[in-house]
Amino acid sequence: MKKTRAETDFSHRRISRRAALLGGAQLLFIGGLAARMRFLQVEQADQFRLLAEENRINVRLIPPSRGEVFDRNGVRLAQNAPSYRIVIVREDAGDTDAVLERLSRIIPLDPEDIARTKEELRRSPSFLPITIAEDVRWQDISRVSVNAPALPGVTPEVGLSRVYPQGSDFAHVLGYVGPVSDYDLQKIEDPEPVLRIPRFQIGKVGVETKLEPLLRGKAGAKRVEVNAAGRVMRELDRREGIPGSDVQLTIDAKLQGYVQARLDQESASAVVLDCDTGDVVACASAPTFDPNLFVRGISVKDYNTLTNNKYRPLASKTVQGLYPPGSTFKMITAMAALEAGLIGPDETVYCPGHLTVSGRRFHCWKRGGHGWVDLQTSLKRSCDVYYYDLAIKVGIEKVSEMAKRFGLGVKHDVPMSAVAQGLAPNMAWKQQTYGQSWRVGDTVNVSIGQGFMLASPMQLAVMTARLATGRAVEPRLIKSIDGVEQPERGGESLGMNENNLRKMRRAMDVTVNDRRGTAYGSRIIDEGMRMAGKTGTSQVRNITAAERRAGVIRNEDLPWERRDHALFVNFAPIDRPKYAISVVVEHGGGGSKAAAPIARDITLQALYGGEPPLEAYPTKDRERIEEQQERLRGVQPQASFVGRDQA
Amino acid sequence: MSYLEYAVKTAPTGVRKILYLNWPIAILLASISGVGFLMLYSVAGGSFSPWAEPQMKRFAVGFVLMISVAMVPIWFWRSLAGIAYLVTLALLVAVEFFGVVGMGAQRWIDLGFMRLQPSELMKITLVMFLAAYYDWLPAKRTSHPFWVLLPVIVILIPTALVLRQPDLGTSILLLAAGGGLMFLAGVHWAYFAAVLASAIGLVTTVFKSRGTEWQLIKDYQFRRIDTFLDPSTDPLGAGYHITQSKIALGSGGWTGRGFMQGTQTRLNFLPEKHTDFIFTTLAEEFGFLGSMSLLGLYALIIVFCIWSALINKDRFSSLLILGIALNFFLFFAVNMSMVMGLAPVVGVPLPLVSFGGSAMLVLMLAFGLMQSAHVHRLR
Repeated sequence: MKKTRAETDFSHRRISRRAALLGGAQLLFIGGLAARMRFLQVEQADQFRLLAEENRINVRLIPPSRGEVFDRNGVRLAQNAPSYRIVIVREDAGDTDAVLERLSRIIPLDPEDIARTKEELRRSPSFLPITIAEDVRWQDISRVSVNAPALPGVTPEVGLSRVYPQGSDFAHVLGYVGPVSDYDLQKIEDPEPVLRIPRFQIGKVGVETKLEPLLRGKAGAKRVEVNAAGRVMRELDRREGIPGSDVQLTIDAKLQGYVQARLDQESASAVVLDCDTGDVVACASAPTFDPNLFVRGISVKDYNTLTNNKYRPLASKTVQGLYPPGSTFKMITAMAALEAGLIGPDETVYCPGHLTVSGRRFHCWKRGGHGWVDLQTSLKRSCDVYYYDLAIKVGIEKVSEMAKRFGLGVKHDVPMSAVAQGLAPNMAWKQQTYGQSWRVGDTVNVSIGQGFMLASPMQLAVMTARLATGRAVEPRLIKSIDGVEQPERGGESLGMNENNLRKMRRAMDVTVNDRRGTAYGSRIIDEGMRMAGKTGTSQVRNITAAERRAGVIRNEDLPWERRDHALFVNFAPIDRPKYAISVVVEHGGGGSKAAAPIARDITLQALYGGEPPLEAYPTKDRERIEEQQERLRGVQPQASFVGRDQA
Repeated sequence: MSYLEYAVKTAPTGVRKILYLNWPIAILLASISGVGFLMLYSVAGGSFSPWAEPQMKRFAVGFVLMISVAMVPIWFWRSLAGIAYLVTLALLVAVEFFGVVGMGAQRWIDLGFMRLQPSELMKITLVMFLAAYYDWLPAKRTSHPFWVLLPVIVILIPTALVLRQPDLGTSILLLAAGGGLMFLAGVHWAYFAAVLASAIGLVTTVFKSRGTEWQLIKDYQFRRIDTFLDPSTDPLGAGYHITQSKIALGSGGWTGRGFMQGTQTRLNFLPEKHTDFIFTTLAEEFGFLGSMSLLGLYALIIVFCIWSALINKDRFSSLLILGIALNFFLFFAVNMSMVMGLAPVVGVPLPLVSFGGSAMLVLMLAFGLMQSAHVHRLR
């Protein structure tokens, strides 16, 4: 746009005018600032000088001591132990290189630590204390104290640090704490000042993070007098903080230790619920890891070892792991049909080994079929066709609803990390998620706990507890807080027909205790402690028609990742159910072979409150069990005090 | 103004241009930065590391950058105004997605050798773009509603993006600088009056909404405003910064405690003493005379800029220079008001003195543009 000379002059004049105005305003503001400075620095100088003198008195936060965690019998699971570290202040040290050199001759120092300290010393202001070494042994601390004159600027400091005496047994339930990171701070709106204390520990995973507000406590404060160099001369007064609440878990450390040892290095998990109170008595996920490694920051190498392990030790499989429940779901399908009144007293179904539904053939696991089966036989021998038939009759909506009433597809309130909701699918869900309408084949898959159906071991244990009691048992992990007992969660009645429930329990009874039951090999001989249960084997792959013709490949011949998951749920004793248990062995093969024996061992251990007598086992197993007990007795929970002596 | 006209009114050429730089401003910039080095040396407890040394290196790079930018004719920079604005805007959007998270806010793009804060750059490119816009727009249309709405949008888009980061301080500066430029360009008084009136209305509404169900800002934000209005209510919490800052300033007295003798800042009573609160160290150690001297240096830069703008007959150039000066003014005015307890703590550094790479380089770039406009002005 070409402009005329006149226009340019006009605009230039206007800019000049406004520039003068704005410039004037700016100078006026600067004048205002100058006046304010004069007011503060000249007129009020004396007053502020006085305040500055008072400022020699410095208020410092005292970190609260974190609440401790105990098991149901008072065994300490998480505690605070003094941890010593050595710090150096550059302006007091003078020649820091020489001081560090002398120090490394007195106590063993990691060359990496020395390099890091030098780097930090170079970058930080001279009055800031820099940590040379953490988690120092008491004898090294005393050496430093004795040699103090030769080590100007070097001081030992004591703080509290979290220790998990039970080591890896509680890694997944309890989680661990770690130093506050920038990422943590960012997630919190208006963080408390105490979080800004360097190396302050907060819960990162599990109960430690879910109960963080309770465990943390309130920071105290102390007033200290500092000299002109910032050194603390004396402490004037202090207000102690309020320590965090002590928390008692419902878990029995002894049983937990046993379960963890029994699962060993399998990729497996097990949950033991108390049927009366909902108490989570054991909750173990294997393989596990040592949470103490995380407390002060885990080394990259250790961390990579953990994350690269194909058995996923960091995952909390009991609540986070979702598996197709397989045949353990058959009780739900049966209950849906029973409650709908669709199973007559002597009703039987013929199983020829498969069922054709809308042109697609669904197979029973037994190729030859089971022949005529009734409800009890079908569960005992885990016939699939019987449940295909039931589910088609009853419809997916009722099955899905029944699953939810038994706690599947429902997120239970357990203060652990990454609690999964699982899935009890229905038509609306499929429409919403996939935009496809529900097909009857989907119902057939769900009827035996395959297809879209997903549940966590915790949910399966809840399901079993509800079957055993007929009450809406909810898992309870926190027994008491600061000695205040938390409400039990045995639950109200589910409002189901007691006769139907009794039929299911009876069917589960024969599954274990009848000679032809799938879990007969894992029965308990001891009369008063017999258990009822159900095996499950859930496929993680589709078996193609071609494969079926060629003969289904045996599990043992498949690579580990493609083998079936082995599941088992049970409750015991049959007459007065005390414990409900679920065991899932990832890619373990068949439920009766891989999961049921573990569940039996755990059941006996729980019922006897320790090692059961060999008489509880069938005669032919006793020799093997004795060997196993011998071996497990040797596995002690490794209390980890790496690089530390108890002072 | 065509390129031809520029060429006819001969501007200095070649290396001789260096002689025609606005040397007073260059010297003033160097002196202020020098004050900065001294203060950074002092707050580090008498050490060039960790702050003073990198700051000196950055200033050296910045000074060379300024002269290089100044050597390039201003009409070249003007032709870049639109692209520069759009690129910076794209960078701002990019931090939303790839930004490095620092100090609880997303502001940086990591370039490898330095961290770029697009919001800093935006202060300059926004001024450039608006100056070019008003240079292009016939003067008669300046106050036409449509031609007013356009720059308003141009200002509001980056402001909103910066506010989302969240960086309240910089977004206020952007808004003020953009508005100031529109004022300089001659937009009618009535617009500014209307905006002012509605702003007052909005603030009243926000305060009226407190405690009601439709509360417009969060509780902790209200608490921060409370503490600003009366810091003594919470001397150990949020009011701490303001109270401590005032104590440090006030205890300086007429002549201060002397170099490296400040107790308040060295005893860590103040946070961020090497960045936003560095002025308190100066005020404490050099007293009223010291702080007045720095304020005087800043004021002189503004005066020289306005003078340079007034003698420049090119509309783009004078608007650009005034805009840069305004930006610079807002920078130190907000920071100083903050440490003196006249404004809430919003996190604006003291230009050229506070430790920080991005801000320093962008400022030197801006003064490079200013120098280019000065060297290549119509005589």
